[in-house]
Amino acid sequence: MALFEAVLELADDHLVLGHRLSEWCGHAPMLEEDLALPNMALDLIGTARTLYDHAAKLEGRGRDEDALAYLRGEREYRNLLLCERPNGDFAHTMLRQLYFAAFMQPYWTAALGSADETIAGVAGKAVKEMAYHIRHAGEWVIRLGDGTEESAARMQEAVVELHPYTGELFEEGAAGDVAELPSRAVMRGAWTATLQPIFAEALLQMPEVPYPQTGGRSGLHGEGLGHLLAEMQSVYRAHPGASW
Amino acid sequence: MYSQGLIGADGRTTETPEFLQAFQKRIDAEDKIEPKDAMPEGYRKTLVRQIGQHAHSEIVGMLPEGNWITRAPSLRRKAALLAKVQDEGGHGLYLYAAAETLGVSREEMTEELLSGKAKYSSIFNYPTLSWADIGIIGWLVDGAAIMNQIPLCRCSFGPYARAMIRVCKEESFHQRQGYEIVMTLAQGTPEQKEMAQDALNRWWWPSLMMFGPHDADSQHSDQSMAWKIKRFTNDELRQKFIDATVPQAEYLGLTVPDADLAWNEAKGGYDHGPIDWGEFWRVVKGHGPMARDRIKARKKAWDEGAWVREAALAHAEKRAARKIAAE
Repeated sequence: MALFEAVLELADDHLVLGHRLSEWCGHAPMLEEDLALPNMALDLIGTARTLYDHAAKLEGRGRDEDALAYLRGEREYRNLLLCERPNGDFAHTMLRQLYFAAFMQPYWTAALGSADETIAGVAGKAVKEMAYHIRHAGEWVIRLGDGTEESAARMQEAVVELHPYTGELFEEGAAGDVAELPSRAVMRGAWTATLQPIFAEALLQMPEVPYPQTGGRSGLHGEGLGHLLAEMQSVYRAHPGASW
Repeated sequence: MYSQGLIGADGRTTETPEFLQAFQKRIDAEDKIEPKDAMPEGYRKTLVRQIGQHAHSEIVGMLPEGNWITRAPSLRRKAALLAKVQDEGGHGLYLYAAAETLGVSREEMTEELLSGKAKYSSIFNYPTLSWADIGIIGWLVDGAAIMNQIPLCRCSFGPYARAMIRVCKEESFHQRQGYEIVMTLAQGTPEQKEMAQDALNRWWWPSLMMFGPHDADSQHSDQSMAWKIKRFTNDELRQKFIDATVPQAEYLGLTVPDADLAWNEAKGGYDHGPIDWGEFWRVVKGHGPMARDRIKARKKAWDEGAWVREAALAHAEKRAARKIAAE
């Protein structure tokens, strides 16, 4: 069951972050971003769907992707705290995306050779998507970091707020090591290498984090996730057994 | 919906009769008018108004459907709805670009929308109250939009006609997707079927209003027809829509909320009950149930995004300055 748990953790990361991005749709700072944000959300939700479907089959208890997404409560969700952080302003959203994509890019690259065909397949698609997310979010972090006085202050504030959540990216999940998925801890070098030039160009300082925030993998979340799930699951749960 | 784009359009023009005659000759020969071609001022103004209103409708139209993205009842529906709303944004971008070829900037058009000077389709001033609304909007609202837009693919103004070809392809996909949502509900639990019927009851009449006023009350149709901006009258398109949609509703086992609806063998189409034109004008004039909320939401996004747009501009300027300094 360790692989099931590990795939579920990954699926939760992608769905929750995809959901957060989708909240922007129709409310972005410019029309181009009203197209780009749903685009990235669709990438993440697409990955989540394949992973949930895979997890359901690994579990073999008759649950499907929707049962996994819509019928678990916040204590059962295993996503990283970073993924559930509220959108905040555009600087927060772009930085959160950069942090996540800069981790997932080397992670999926390492997963390309997984013995699990579904995981290798997801990785093949996700590697390209993450490269785009890094480029898109990274360019915004640079523009905002080295833009106006206001945007620079907002960008630095986003770094201060979100950086404590990045340590959790490198923790092995509650599921522990599984052979079919890459080890997370070894991604730190690649993650830092992606971020450093972007931070330098954006004139941003990478802060020291004495007390990292973790807990998502054991279902210990912030207060926002419960609201996200209550909204997301409301229609599905109001009509048990219905097909949509 | 874009017939509403001509409400209040000022097609008046001051060119010489010879110029107008030569222009009309090109129109009659089905020549496409391109942005750099000479054109009567009335023609240009009418198009700016219609294309601008069409673009605004796509953008404001993201809001009622966006209202259900976070609550879509399956992951498949969630992804499809997100992609659909994104398509609408893409149409908006396309159309703003088409309008820009006529010498008006996207920024100006946005300001006009936010100040209330420019209008958008009345349909988006109604609220989406259940998941079924998402299906019904795809089926009826996108269906009505297609009826309006298919003839626009042959509009005399080239950039608009070309934009419409792509837009129509996507809209027809949306319409099938919407119909499929409604079909799933109609074949579902009693609660789901009731949800679908309730949504049809609420959206039917506003959808018919999308075609604009009766021909007898549509003041600017004649000039627009002559210029081939418009190819069919409002009532013609409305009739086509009703004739296509009623059998679809029957197939689903849903009831169209019009007691006077009856097949008329002689005209080969349906007769329908009276449209509440009082409601139509009320909504067109900005008193629809969601009118204030829609503009408020757009204005909020625009105002709160100002610092982002300013930063992007400032950064681009810094970059350009550094490049010059380095050379």
